[in-house]
Amino acid sequence: MAATARRIPMRFIGKRLLHAVVTIFGIAIINFFLLQLAPGDAADALAGESGTADPEYLANLRREFGLDRPLLEQLASFLMRIARLDLGYSFRYNEDIAHLIFHRLPATLLLMVTSVVLALGIGILFGVTAARYFNRLPDRLISLVALLLYATPPFWIGLMMILVFSVQLGWTPTGGMRDIAASSKGFAGVLDVARHLALPALTQAFFYLAIYTRLLRAGMLEVLNLEYIRVARAKGISERRISYVHALRNAVLPLVTVVGTNVGGFLGGAVLTETVFSWPGIGRLMFDAMFQRDLNLLLSILVLSSIFVVLANLVVDLLYAVINPTVELR
Amino acid sequence: MNDETTMPAATLSRRNLLLLGSSAIFAGTFLRSMPALADDKTLVMTISPEPNAMLSAFNTASPVAVISGKMTEGLLGYDFDIKPQPELATSWEVAPDGLTISFKLRDGVKWHDGKPFTSADVAYSIMEILKQHHPRGRGVFAKVTAVETPDPLTAVFKLSEPAPALMYALAGWESPMLPKHVYEGTDVLKNPANNAPVGTGPFKFVEWQRGSYIVLEKNPDYWDAGKPLLDKLVVRIYSDPAARVAAFEAGELHLGGDGPIPLNEVKRFQENPGFKVETRGIEMNNSLDVLELNLRNEHLAKPQVRQALMHAIDRDMMMKTVWYGLAEQLTGPIPQTLPHFYTADVPSYAFDTAKAEALLDEAGFPKGADGMRFKLRLIWPATGDTYDRAGQFLRQQFRKVGVDLDLQAADVPTFIKQVYAEYNFDISMFPASVTADPSIGSQRFYHSAAIKQGTPFVNASGYKNPEMDEVLSKAAVEPDPAKRADLFKRFQQIAMADLPILPLARPIYVTVANARVENFITGPEGVRSRYATLTIK
Repeated sequence: MAATARRIPMRFIGKRLLHAVVTIFGIAIINFFLLQLAPGDAADALAGESGTADPEYLANLRREFGLDRPLLEQLASFLMRIARLDLGYSFRYNEDIAHLIFHRLPATLLLMVTSVVLALGIGILFGVTAARYFNRLPDRLISLVALLLYATPPFWIGLMMILVFSVQLGWTPTGGMRDIAASSKGFAGVLDVARHLALPALTQAFFYLAIYTRLLRAGMLEVLNLEYIRVARAKGISERRISYVHALRNAVLPLVTVVGTNVGGFLGGAVLTETVFSWPGIGRLMFDAMFQRDLNLLLSILVLSSIFVVLANLVVDLLYAVINPTVELR
Repeated sequence: MNDETTMPAATLSRRNLLLLGSSAIFAGTFLRSMPALADDKTLVMTISPEPNAMLSAFNTASPVAVISGKMTEGLLGYDFDIKPQPELATSWEVAPDGLTISFKLRDGVKWHDGKPFTSADVAYSIMEILKQHHPRGRGVFAKVTAVETPDPLTAVFKLSEPAPALMYALAGWESPMLPKHVYEGTDVLKNPANNAPVGTGPFKFVEWQRGSYIVLEKNPDYWDAGKPLLDKLVVRIYSDPAARVAAFEAGELHLGGDGPIPLNEVKRFQENPGFKVETRGIEMNNSLDVLELNLRNEHLAKPQVRQALMHAIDRDMMMKTVWYGLAEQLTGPIPQTLPHFYTADVPSYAFDTAKAEALLDEAGFPKGADGMRFKLRLIWPATGDTYDRAGQFLRQQFRKVGVDLDLQAADVPTFIKQVYAEYNFDISMFPASVTADPSIGSQRFYHSAAIKQGTPFVNASGYKNPEMDEVLSKAAVEPDPAKRADLFKRFQQIAMADLPILPLARPIYVTVANARVENFITGPEGVRSRYATLTIK
């Protein structure tokens, strides 16, 4: 049993990847038409910022952006680009889209990984503790904190943390990713990024933390009443070991699903945190692209995003089998 | 299910906890304020929103002008009376017929790449770049037929008709001079120098991390010896106004223009000795908040209705609640910041609801059973909360005289599409920039030739008045300043009699600086100026 589960399920992965390609193209086509519903185009947006433009200038812009071509032709060239993994050019930024996106990817990844790891670590600790002390003081306290974090908008938490830790205490910078005035290299550079990362990562983590804690607490409560836990207790295993080793493994499955969704949606998931902390991530890029009607850029980010979601789901399914070998992949 | 299979999970969670613990200790050691130990004189400013280009030759958005103006220079600068001052041109002469303008150029000016700046660059910049690709320049330089270059330090503009407004559009952030040797023979719009400008200005481009920061450094070969006073100018991008407030208060951010902080924070900053708040430095821009009325609407087509709406607005109260006092009252379409054109001698509309009601009755729109006469839709670009407050305020005011108002905040492309492409609006509220010259800034909203469907920020009301057209057309080509001023006075009178546009106020976009910053507003160009003398103590 254990041996079969450890074998890599190639057939399953192959089938899922094939589905994924179809799904991604489907999403791309739907996105393309959805975005056409937004009134105005990139030329309008550009003219709006400039505060002025003559008709010939606008016509030139539209020709250059390819906005004067028939819709289906635009769709076809967009799909061709995706098929060739060529993200195209943003006229808005005068830059290759691949360059724009991959330049911002590290910042987004760093924020996402740090906050999910933080949230997972604290969430598991909180969830298990709350379940172990069900209806007693620690549970009440943890549930209250989780509810508060869940109910508070992340941008407000972010602003409050800036006020306390940056403005009042002066421990951390108010925003950005590095100190540009004193451009530090090597270890000092890592420390510099870490100082900038602390508040946004915490803010983002709080948001996930609340959900993770509540999910895990519920899962643990269910599992702790099962027969095998009673057997484990009868064997004289310590409560701590029962919780973290025996029960957690079964209680964690729903959490894996949710974490998978969070990770899959990371490209656009942190817009508010990025905005408050001026974190140079992809969420902001996407947000701005929408308001500037930079549809090339926006569609590219959305396609990438759908790829991540599909892949994250696949990984979650595979993880199920690893965490719980009784799950069969078909 | 035996203990062996559970082992990996146990170590994993233990490792997780260990990681957490060690990172907490790690956090404790570095969460201290680290002073920025820079020997160089570095100033951190912000521009909001982030500029989407580095050069104002192809994009005239306000943030682009601010950053471009540090690296590029123009032929002229301006003083607070909006009088031209020497910049790249040391002297100039406009022929009495207004058809020839000669500029004597500054000697010894070098581009950032070391090549000398000459009249050939001026001719190329005007004829091949600004006249072709600059969104405003296409209009401003329309009458320039040639730029002659008798010698390397003389440039002579030849005009088909006088264009007095041209002399107010030659600043470095508006009409930058660009190097011919970098642009000639290339696809001008895609030239790499557009994102890394080569100018003659006091600062050189170093780096642009999109979404994060821009770094400029001192130009050591700047023509004005000993300047700039700063070694490094860093622009940090903060997308959230509250984050800018925090950054100012934490001392990380030294300077920001064009209203960097929310209006309701301004008073607190003004009273704090740690900051300087300057209200000048926007006199070349003159952005006015106005209501443009769609005269195609059966109600708004009646002059009495337009006058009634003007009478219905309590503009003193609006000043306090909408702009927190940070605005200048308007009497007409030209603000007092352009004293050489301004007149107070225009039809005026005092706040008077009784009179407004009488005018509406007279127009033939009596009150219905619900107390309302008719309904209009007000649309504005959703760019900040000032217009949201203004919309709510106007709704209350108009409802008092029986005019119901639907409010619609639209994002900028939607706003432009509905108002200028589809004429699908009743009232549009937007910032109308008069610029430094009404022929450039105001004419497009009042001249009937500027009714061009699909073109943003032109006459969308559908307003046509032959007398108005004549006055504006004459003013655009009148070389005599006194006669031109008279024409603009007449313009203001007709505009306030006909009311296709209701001027609300000239909002004051403050510049905020740390108290250590000096020379951040030295003229009407404000934060757009070169900043050769900007410094921090």
